[in-house]
Amino acid sequence: MSEWINTLLQGLLMGGLYALFATGLALSFGVMRMINIAHGDFAILAAYAAIAIVEPLGWNPFLVLFLVVPLMAGFGYVLQRVILNRTLGQDILPPLLVTFGLSIVIQNLLLVQFSADTRSLPAGLLGTASLSLGGDVAVGVLPLITMLVALAVLGGLQWLFSATALGRAFRAASDDSETARLMGINNRHIYGVAMALAMGIVALAGIFLALRANISPADGPLRLLYAFEAVIIGGLGSLWGTLAGGMILGVAQAIGLKADPGWGILAGHLAFLAVLVVRPNGLFPRTRDR
Amino acid sequence: MDTFTPSIERSTRASQIGLVLAVLLLLAAVSAPWWAERSSQRLLTEFLYTVALAQMWNLMCGYGGLLSVGQQGFVGLGGYCLVVLGLQWGIHPFLIVPLAGVLGALVAVPTAALLFRLRGAYFAVGTWVVAEVFRLLVANTASVGGGSGTSITRTVSGIPAWWRESSTLWLALALGAGATFAVYALLRSRHGLALTAVRDSEPAAQSLGVSVTRMKWLVYIASAAGCSMVGALIFITKLRISPEAAFSMDWSAAMFFVVIIGGIGTIEGPLVGTVIFFVLREFLSDYGSWYLIVLGCVAVGFMLWIPRGVWGLMSSRFDLRFFPVQRRVRLAPAPTRGVTAAPVVAAATGDAA
Repeated sequence: MSEWINTLLQGLLMGGLYALFATGLALSFGVMRMINIAHGDFAILAAYAAIAIVEPLGWNPFLVLFLVVPLMAGFGYVLQRVILNRTLGQDILPPLLVTFGLSIVIQNLLLVQFSADTRSLPAGLLGTASLSLGGDVAVGVLPLITMLVALAVLGGLQWLFSATALGRAFRAASDDSETARLMGINNRHIYGVAMALAMGIVALAGIFLALRANISPADGPLRLLYAFEAVIIGGLGSLWGTLAGGMILGVAQAIGLKADPGWGILAGHLAFLAVLVVRPNGLFPRTRDR
Repeated sequence: MDTFTPSIERSTRASQIGLVLAVLLLLAAVSAPWWAERSSQRLLTEFLYTVALAQMWNLMCGYGGLLSVGQQGFVGLGGYCLVVLGLQWGIHPFLIVPLAGVLGALVAVPTAALLFRLRGAYFAVGTWVVAEVFRLLVANTASVGGGSGTSITRTVSGIPAWWRESSTLWLALALGAGATFAVYALLRSRHGLALTAVRDSEPAAQSLGVSVTRMKWLVYIASAAGCSMVGALIFITKLRISPEAAFSMDWSAAMFFVVIIGGIGTIEGPLVGTVIFFVLREFLSDYGSWYLIVLGCVAVGFMLWIPRGVWGLMSSRFDLRFFPVQRRVRLAPAPTRGVTAAPVVAAATGDAA
């Protein structure tokens, strides 16, 4: 019995990491109406950047966060202003294919630089520490920290969207970009800021991923799929829905993995398809897909 | 007053020359087993099935407005038809190719029912999830070789080498040329008019009585069938299959690259794009990862600056159309006046969007 409770808890906490991956994707779709196919690859890129700093310099991985996350956010702003803004419009093809091209470029650059060997960030004692909840039930400290970070990020975004001028500009540009422009909002800049936020959050996700698991240059696409599934399960436009979506995905994978090592990822995909059958708009939809 | 007799033009000088050229090329390809070396036959086979894949993706995305990043799911499905129907049931491998098309279409019906709940970019990523589900299901099935795959040499080992190589080429030709002419014929038909209308504006097409969902559904099923057939053929040439190779994202990446570079929403585009793709590969594939980095950058560059592709540029500059799908009204003056000018009044539909 406690074995199953542990599995369930692991799955739920995994939802925190998945929510971090999904939030950036939801943000860029919510504001720019574009799907960034290279989303997962940017997470892996950030993780490798952290590894490249931690390994030779021996820094604490948590310290590296404060360097890599702002760097990736700045990169996101420039990328949006220089390349991605040119692709936005009625047609969904250009942003999708441009980011697909970027995905291939990033994966192969990482392969050239870091080889196909798997790597991870040294989490030290934190990687193995766990909190006992009585009996045989225990939760890992690192997954718990990840979940708290995810909650903080989601709470922060909630505040940003509902209580600040920037959040208002995000919502305005998302609802009607033409009218937003008439009201004096610089859409191109707003899109840049949204991408910076998305990229900062996904960098965070990538680093937390590398703290708990081995990564390799080709891991990005799978991360994108998880993020996408969490967004759809949760329901479009719902910030907290992505957390619920991530948790459902995490639990499905944990249960699948327990049944058979080959079935973990598959069980997650099947849970996603099941939600698509039962509730095509996700569990907590806030907006309609236009 | 001149009296003009309007006539509807559906072919161009280029298309007439093109028809002759196409027939000559087809004859050359059919007779290749008698005059070409084995290595060039293999290259030709690969070229032809790449054209077929690109035409299928172009039909879906360029005309149907359905963006898919998951066609590798059907390529892999077709490949695994060889394992089940060939290795296990003993059906002749060349018969499996059309059977794979039927099976692909059958499997596409339920996946369409699922995926059509998603729209636009979400549909695209959804197709990818479905392809991953196919891959994982196969990788978890020990009877088809599981994750490490299996050899399919046994399915073709009974066929003499010359026949095997030649029939493979002819099948590839049937698929490559067949896909091209099927798309051409479809676009010249009533359905083609509906499809181009859907491509240009969904709401407008809907308001004129085109069933947008039905058109998209048809295109999705057709593309799935085509990709499955090509998948079966590809793995006849490779003789070994694994889930990683069969359901590889590389198939989709090749389709995007070819169609984007060549010219999306044109029939000539995939042909031109495949030529460019093969030339690039010839010169750069030794560089491994850097080759892929260059391909990625070229694709991004095209999407940003030359979104209509090489053929889009050429056809608008030189007014070239080898596969005219549009209807143009020409007002020819009455013959008695002896005036030869025949001004083109309107190009109805079919220009690249």
